[in-house]
Amino acid sequence: MTLDHPVALAPAERAVQLIGGDLTEKSLRLHLEGLPGVDAVGLEARAADLGTRSIKTTSKAWALDKIISLIDLTTLEGSDTPGKVRSLVAKAMVPDASDAATPRVAAVCVYGDMVADAVAALGSAHSAGRDDGINVAAVATAFPSGRASLSVKLSDTADAVSAGADEIDMVIDRGAFLAGRFGLVFDQIVAVKEACRRTDGSYAHLKVILETGELTTYDNVRRASWLAILAGGDFIKTSTGKVAPAATLPVTLLMLQVVRDWHNLTGERIGVKPAGGIRTSKDAIKYLVTVAETVGEEWLDPHLFRFGASSLLNDVLLQRQKLTTGHYSGPDYVTID
Amino acid sequence: MSRITVPKTFKLYIGGKFPRSESGRVYEVVTAKGAFLANAAQASRKDARDAVVAARSALSGWAGATGYNRGQVMYRIAELLEGRRAQFIDEIRSSEGVSASAAEAQVDAAIDVWVWYAGWADKYVQVAGNGNPVSGPYFNISTPEPTGVVAIIAPQQSSLLGFVSVVAPALVSGNTVVVISSQSSPLSAISLSEVLATSDVPGGVVNVLTGSAAEVAPWLASHADVNAIDLAGAGELDWVDLQIAAADTLKRVLPPEDGVSAASVERIIFFTETKTVWHTKGLI
Amino acid sequence: MTFLDYAPAPESTAVLSLRASYGLFINGEFVDGRGDGFTSISPATEKPIAQFSTANDADVDTAVIAARRAYDRTWSKLSGSDRGKYLFRIARLVQERARELAVAETLDNGKPIKETRDVDIPLVAAWFFYYAGWADKLDYAGLGPAPRSLGVAAQVIPWNFPLLMLAWKIAPALAAGNTVVIKPAETTPLTAMIFAEILQQADLPPGVVNIITGAGATGSALVNHGDVNKVAFTGSTGVGRAIAKSTAGTGKKLTLELGGKGANIVFDDAPMDQAIEGIVTGIFFNQGQVCCAGSRLLVQENIHDEVIERLKKRMSTLRVGDPLDKNTDVGAINSRAQLDRITALAGVGVEEGAERWSPECEFPTAGFWFAPTIFTGVATSHRIARDEIFGPVLSVLTFRTPAEAIAKANNTPYGLSAGVWSDKGSRILAVADKLRAGVVWANTFNKFDPASPFGGYKESGYGREGGRHGLAAYLETSGWAAPGRQADRPKTSSKAISKGSQE
Repeated sequence: MTLDHPVALAPAERAVQLIGGDLTEKSLRLHLEGLPGVDAVGLEARAADLGTRSIKTTSKAWALDKIISLIDLTTLEGSDTPGKVRSLVAKAMVPDASDAATPRVAAVCVYGDMVADAVAALGSAHSAGRDDGINVAAVATAFPSGRASLSVKLSDTADAVSAGADEIDMVIDRGAFLAGRFGLVFDQIVAVKEACRRTDGSYAHLKVILETGELTTYDNVRRASWLAILAGGDFIKTSTGKVAPAATLPVTLLMLQVVRDWHNLTGERIGVKPAGGIRTSKDAIKYLVTVAETVGEEWLDPHLFRFGASSLLNDVLLQRQKLTTGHYSGPDYVTID
Repeated sequence: MSRITVPKTFKLYIGGKFPRSESGRVYEVVTAKGAFLANAAQASRKDARDAVVAARSALSGWAGATGYNRGQVMYRIAELLEGRRAQFIDEIRSSEGVSASAAEAQVDAAIDVWVWYAGWADKYVQVAGNGNPVSGPYFNISTPEPTGVVAIIAPQQSSLLGFVSVVAPALVSGNTVVVISSQSSPLSAISLSEVLATSDVPGGVVNVLTGSAAEVAPWLASHADVNAIDLAGAGELDWVDLQIAAADTLKRVLPPEDGVSAASVERIIFFTETKTVWHTKGLI
Repeated sequence: MTFLDYAPAPESTAVLSLRASYGLFINGEFVDGRGDGFTSISPATEKPIAQFSTANDADVDTAVIAARRAYDRTWSKLSGSDRGKYLFRIARLVQERARELAVAETLDNGKPIKETRDVDIPLVAAWFFYYAGWADKLDYAGLGPAPRSLGVAAQVIPWNFPLLMLAWKIAPALAAGNTVVIKPAETTPLTAMIFAEILQQADLPPGVVNIITGAGATGSALVNHGDVNKVAFTGSTGVGRAIAKSTAGTGKKLTLELGGKGANIVFDDAPMDQAIEGIVTGIFFNQGQVCCAGSRLLVQENIHDEVIERLKKRMSTLRVGDPLDKNTDVGAINSRAQLDRITALAGVGVEEGAERWSPECEFPTAGFWFAPTIFTGVATSHRIARDEIFGPVLSVLTFRTPAEAIAKANNTPYGLSAGVWSDKGSRILAVADKLRAGVVWANTFNKFDPASPFGGYKESGYGREGGRHGLAAYLETSGWAAPGRQADRPKTSSKAISKGSQE
């Protein structure tokens, strides 16, 4: 082992506060490696136990509406078109035309070049900084692989922000992370965060996608979550949806534990977004339970928790119709987008 | 004119030393025909207490030794016994009044039994232990471990073979023992102690008391720091009372037997405790 | 109402079809007991569930005679594979009636439905399934060739896992070829009686299993009956000691599963969130009414404050209340007597100067309740660090080094269970080696499996239940004598002497 040349990192505020002013790759590494380990069996057992909660009647009705309000309704296909995005936005604004009391989703999530179409389609429903509208989230930084130069990633981000994106879902460089180059991953997040800065000085919200399916181990997920928060992420997000496994309950539980620990340490609230693979109300309710019992009910708010999903919405609507009408509904009674 | 012999003083064997009984008492050991052979120490309850302390302090070292090591140490005893074969035959003949061939057979059997048990030291765990296929992501293994301090009442007959047949199986797994030898024929037990004292068996692993089992055994049976009691040679005592006394601290109790206990792996396993360890198995 | 006040989700009791009163199950039939009857109540509501019979000495005798006759005439003559088929049938019937059994157990015992549904009853089925397969493979049990059954087994079981303890006792006994007279605890007889119906559905030959109800006197009459060959008891160390004394000299083979004061050792490199879960599972599973509960938390001093803070937050999310609600984590204490005992010992903890803490809990007006409780600042000399409380009460102690942790963990007359939490495999294995306990859970706690032997060191009893080892308790071993030239050795006999009534 040789003595590393200390590689200075971008002085992100949280990291400097926690680790110290002379922030280097080495001090970051020591910090991340000092985090307690994760026992996979115990973590999964706890997640499974939370999954057995029985949410009935009034609690279920509340949960279904809550789930809708937490959804980032998503389309991330190579075949996306302005028409497809308009259809998605229409669904986001009016999820169930048969019931005006149905809440709107939190955001629509699209590729960066579709942001303008989404903003246009939303019209006055676009939040654009307000609390009552629908956000536009854009994936950026050479989503989903993240395999591009930093300058490409930054311009990808800046383009989406200038087109009106309220939220940027960036991917981390998993290759760099797995190679142990935590400093590189960190600096990129700091740089992307800076690219989220609008001309008026405000920032688009930054969600950092860890792509947990590629990080593979829970210890990696914990370290990557912590790293993303230190670098300035507003949200930590499980997956792109393009890699299996995408969101799982144990991984989300683990990320919520990190967020809880961060809050206990600093008083600051970080959001969590499981994305990909959550298709049923039953599954989504398990996530609500996990959030509420791990980090607190306060987190069941679009500012602090999102579902990245597409087909989930219709299943929730079917369940909602069942609760309202008392009988089971069918797929022809909800709309495809 | 025949030579005047130099007779041996027979003492107790406690903690690797050969003390007299703290009570100062001795009793006459006589031949089968009643002639004086020696004065053996008559152990008291305090000697028993000291023996238990010695056995307890020797436990972690003996139990913690590798099976391979214990096996070699025990095999070494057999080597030494073989070298002292004539002495043991002589003592058995004089104290038990048996024929030369019977005495020889007893000594040979004792050595062979000792060797048989010595070989188990690094194997009984494989026979008595188990990897368990539980329904879940757990590594799960059961392993026998020595029970602890074992009090033993050796058979009254076959003074050497009887002694070996109860002491060796308790020792081989790593227990330490306090043995009350045959009351009428204690010579073999004390001579064997001399072998143990000059071997690699640490002091306190085997402690030998001579005298009255009826007097001493109740103190061992009720002693809270004794984990198990082998009543093999207690058939003539009020052994049910001993078993009842042993129940106060839930000691493991092996009941009396007629004659000499057959060598068996069960005897080893009886003085062990099965520990089952679960450990999570997680790939990610 | 907030989301976390989950709307009630009660498990329906409609699945039950209980009788108003149950007799004794002897020789395949329900008969009235000749002792005074008693009522079993639900500890969560104190409402009566059903009437049960008390077996007096004459009833005990009738049951043992039935078991002996079944042993002589039927069960000992069946092939192992036929015995196994009956056990497989029982396993399947338990699976089929699992929900009913879970609801009945929760009603009678007070433990949460999620435990009876997800732990107790599935394990009951698993236990019968596991030992069913052993019945025709006893030659491979490691007890020498053709090990023989013992005869009639007298079994007395506790109230904390009523049906599971019944399965732990009956499944290996029958697989090994014995017949059984079993007595469930007087506060939890219900599922044993439903199990009797299952035996009828399985068409098990009459007398092979006899179930008699009653209190301590019935149990005493059973274990001291002259014609039983085997006694198996799970319960308190005090009663176990009495049984060891009363069976001394009788030649009855005895296995005892007694009390404990398990140490749960948390090192500073432990997987923290999982360790907190393990501490909670260790002491609050089944309201802490578990002989192998991790009732002593030994936490490394440098993480004590962090662990306690996290533990308190986690305990605040435990849902205490109606055991039939599917979201209940901690149910009712099994009886008034047990609640009184827990309350008294917790009081001693306060008197001794330990600091007591419980989360806010709202209890139903009726029933027996005790909030999840931890005591910090406990010294090894405190009674709450030594006595088995058998309730949801955790005593927290600290240590500085692995050697100190081991010494403190072993500093008890008990030796049933222990837990070790660390990310360092080599330390876990070394610590596990040195713990004087029959079950060591590393980075987990309170796990049970029919393939895994369970039982104690020292005053936690002797014998093992579960796995291949569990069969040894119910078989006469033919012995693995030293081979070789027997003629070389003096003629010996290894037959044990016994001074018993059946000599």
